[in-house]
Amino acid sequence: MSREQYQPPTLTQNNSGQQDNSGAAGTATGSGSFGGFNITGSGNLEDTTRPVHYLCGDCDAKVVLKRSDPIRCKECGYRVLYKERTNRMIQFEAR
Amino acid sequence: MPSWAPLSASELAERQRGLSEEQLQQRRIVHVNAETVQDVSATDIPGHWGPGQDDSWDIERFKQGLQTKFHQNKPYDSAFSLVGVDASIANAYRRILLSEIPTLAIEDVFIFDNTTIIQDEVLAHRLGLIPLTGGQEGLTWLRWYRKPPPKDDFASQATWPYDVDDNDADSATPNDHNTIVITLKVECRWATQDEDGRDGRRMAKEGETDPNERYVNSNIYAHQLVFEPQGDQAKHFSGENAIRPVNPDILIAKLRPGQRINLRCHCIKGIGMDHAKYSPVATASYRLLPDIKITQPILGADAKKFQRCFPRGVIDLVKDGESGENKAVVADPMKDTVSRECLRHDEFKDKVKLGRIRDHFIFSVESTGQFESDELFLDSVRLLKAKAERFKRHLTELEEGR
Repeated sequence: MSREQYQPPTLTQNNSGQQDNSGAAGTATGSGSFGGFNITGSGNLEDTTRPVHYLCGDCDAKVVLKRSDPIRCKECGYRVLYKERTNRMIQFEAR
Repeated sequence: MPSWAPLSASELAERQRGLSEEQLQQRRIVHVNAETVQDVSATDIPGHWGPGQDDSWDIERFKQGLQTKFHQNKPYDSAFSLVGVDASIANAYRRILLSEIPTLAIEDVFIFDNTTIIQDEVLAHRLGLIPLTGGQEGLTWLRWYRKPPPKDDFASQATWPYDVDDNDADSATPNDHNTIVITLKVECRWATQDEDGRDGRRMAKEGETDPNERYVNSNIYAHQLVFEPQGDQAKHFSGENAIRPVNPDILIAKLRPGQRINLRCHCIKGIGMDHAKYSPVATASYRLLPDIKITQPILGADAKKFQRCFPRGVIDLVKDGESGENKAVVADPMKDTVSRECLRHDEFKDKVKLGRIRDHFIFSVESTGQFESDELFLDSVRLLKAKAERFKRHLTELEEGR
């Protein structure tokens, strides 16, 4: 890949990529090209297909967004959403 | 003349007659002077008092001198006297109480959700310090869990698999014989008319500021921890024997509507040496019994003043037969703090001798609630005995060249 072709992986690029292609093809290319950035193991592929829960910054309603959804509260139209805490288990020592 | 010098016939005869009770008592006292402390060290070492008398340690003599007496024996707070042992033994019991008697405490916290303002690691630490209790029989039945060493501790990792108890191969994995599971799943919300009989939002508009009124679950207490028996544990920890916090009203966290906690704790057996949360006692301490000797009578107004130099109850005033005045007598030296206040006044300086009795230990054992205080002390005695026996076994092994 030449330097001109390279584009940094951003959320906007992901979204535009999905708009161009069909959903399945978009995720396939996504996993292929961004595999190297995926340090944690279970990365982008999983996160983009699963709907993510947010909280509205204005009315505190729960908002469920999929990948192509506009970032907007479905109740009040407010454009600031807060992501909820990860639902993965975190282990601590009680010390 | 040095103490090892040969004795003359008359001296030898005097020695062999033995010491009077008063002289023997005098030897037990640590003298506390205005600015110095005298005769601190124990004197029951053979040869300390010179030749001519038998100072060798004798089990019969030790048995006669050994006494224990309880002053107070509440389940979680006991005070008792242990008389006739060396300070090293009494101190060994105290140290074993603090750091070597095993108890159950939360060790691992698995946090699935925590949207409160208290951070995960702080919450985990708070949970660890909650004293737990349960059926005594079950707690003694519980086995050790050997935790694998942390990933960055290479020294202990190198020895890890050999560290595991041979008699209990399962000790390296959490199972129902060595791990207790406790969960906490709470969410705070506004109080509603349907569920709680009061409308929190309306009350807030009307000026109610008490979070207990406005919200539900705004305070999370220790009694909200749920014990989940695993496998065989149901047999040992059911009904009143269930694992529970000693004090149900320990505040764990404060929540506001929408905040959630969802976590699971693994409790294991450990010792205070590893972490203070495993210590079975809040405090275990001892002090020496104070000793007050009034050498010359203290009468009248002086007696009143003398009484005020000590804590209440230490000195009594009695009517003196000859002069008809008040006379100071020692009522209860146990209550004294040996503040030496009386030695600051010139009128009492030569009339009183303060001290402590070297082999009279007044123990105070406060249990955190998992076991009873008196039982804990007995455990410390058993543990020291087991250690001594292990040491003896090693010595014989050494002797036999194994």
